[in-house]
Amino acid sequence: MHPAFSVIVFTTSSGAGYGLLAWLGILAAIGRLPGDRFFGAVSLALALGAITVGLLSSTFHLGHPERAWRAFSQWRSSWLSREGVVSVATYLPALLFAFGWIALGETDGVWAVFGGVSAFCAVATVACTAMIYQSLKPIQRWSNAWVLPNYLTLAAMTGALWLAALASLFTVSSLFTTIAALATIALGAALKLGYWHHIDNSSSASTAGTATGLGPLGEVRLFEAPHTSENYLMKEMGYRIARKHAAKLRTISLVAGFALPFVLSLAALAFSGSLAAGAGFAAALLSTAGVLVERWLFFAEAKHTVTLFYGAARA
Amino acid sequence: MTSLPSSPAPKRLGLVIDLDICVGCHACAVNCKEWNSGGIAAPLTDLDPYGPEPLGVWFNRVHTFEVGEGAASRTVHFPRSCLHCAEPACVTVCPTGASYKRAEDGIVLVNEELCIGCKLCSWACPYGAREYDYDAGVMKKCTLCVDKIYNETLDEIDRVPACVATCPATARHFGDLGDPNSEVSKLVASRGGYDLMPELGYAPTNKYLPPRARRASLEKDTPAELAPAVPAGSGGFLAWVDRLLSG
Repeated sequence: MHPAFSVIVFTTSSGAGYGLLAWLGILAAIGRLPGDRFFGAVSLALALGAITVGLLSSTFHLGHPERAWRAFSQWRSSWLSREGVVSVATYLPALLFAFGWIALGETDGVWAVFGGVSAFCAVATVACTAMIYQSLKPIQRWSNAWVLPNYLTLAAMTGALWLAALASLFTVSSLFTTIAALATIALGAALKLGYWHHIDNSSSASTAGTATGLGPLGEVRLFEAPHTSENYLMKEMGYRIARKHAAKLRTISLVAGFALPFVLSLAALAFSGSLAAGAGFAAALLSTAGVLVERWLFFAEAKHTVTLFYGAARA
Repeated sequence: MTSLPSSPAPKRLGLVIDLDICVGCHACAVNCKEWNSGGIAAPLTDLDPYGPEPLGVWFNRVHTFEVGEGAASRTVHFPRSCLHCAEPACVTVCPTGASYKRAEDGIVLVNEELCIGCKLCSWACPYGAREYDYDAGVMKKCTLCVDKIYNETLDEIDRVPACVATCPATARHFGDLGDPNSEVSKLVASRGGYDLMPELGYAPTNKYLPPRARRASLEKDTPAELAPAVPAGSGGFLAWVDRLLSG
């Protein structure tokens, strides 16, 4: 699948934003918010800013961005529509939560409820994003049970790292923020490795034989393509990445996205003051960059059944 | 509405494509382009049509495959277009309601006024039936010539999709595949018509007829012996010409 930059930025940026919002909301709901209203202002601005940048980015790949509002209508059948509805609905509890925390300095009672609802909506939005991909049967590398937990955990991981970075900047770090970061990195790395293991060791039931129905007659090979230059299908669905490039990018993603942030998060425990904050921000930035690479690979390594009509033996 | 019709009519219009007969002339693809360039999905934009990298919207593409090995191998021409599935995920994934399946005859269409050009429907289609129009910013697809098959200003014989009307080999048939007694359904039953990628569960309406088994006399490894142009030992004018040309 063609790795569309706008979609990759969207899922990475708003994933981190929804992750951060979810952690803040959960902490509010359980009455364990670490900081004061200034911490709230900065962390909620970062969360909502990342979400908004991501959502705006996602409209750039539309042929008619001015009609994007129509995407709220088909939530009964479409995961993309559900994502649209929930992503925008999240703003309501999130802004009320922000108003209580920042303007009134209140984070308990009804304001804690708004935090909890914000967290629920944030998780639901990321789940809808994952389900858009997981529900696509023509793409075997997406249509499997690894996709949803990967999206949820990577959003939680980048969110937790930004939370930990902000907490150390405001010197309100707690055992909770550190453990949340370390645990989600470990879980995220395990799930990502599991996903890669799965896609490397399984293949689609669809072949050139089933796509043409000519399988019973023997091996099916493309003899002549219908057209001499690339068409939309080949540009959009026929993206190929060399195996050695993929292997290199997986390593980059693992090191930048998981290994270094883990080490830096541990180091931040040992440091204090600006050194700890520096390590925390480096960890958050690196993991976001690593997830960006991971998201690019998620697209580039995905194979669509339409390629079976254009010379691929398996999808 | 991109939810599928809750009580669809039994009528399921579609195509039956005979891979035994198709000669790969691409006339169906060309006539499809011609009709639909003026039909409800018009224009079928071409970018850089005379340049080095032409890029255009077509609803019908003819692939050619080689199947099997050696002398037993065969060349099969394979026209590919929308299969108007009974379970079209391209419709249900649409976030805007632009994609829909008609309850009355099962035709899958796009309302271009509602389409935001997110391209998700083309990802959801295993068969590559949908092509994005980069110029119009909306998705386009085969309409089964809905503006032709119901067009009462045309003679009844012409109320078939453009690809079917133009096929010089009669490799394409149009009809109601929901009616087991229709001509197309009988053809599918008698020839072992099949679905493409049945494992994905889209339940396509269109059916493909497999190439017929070869006759035993054609299975030899060597071409049939040709009779000699001049029977041996014959005399007369032909023998004289033969001697002259051989000498």
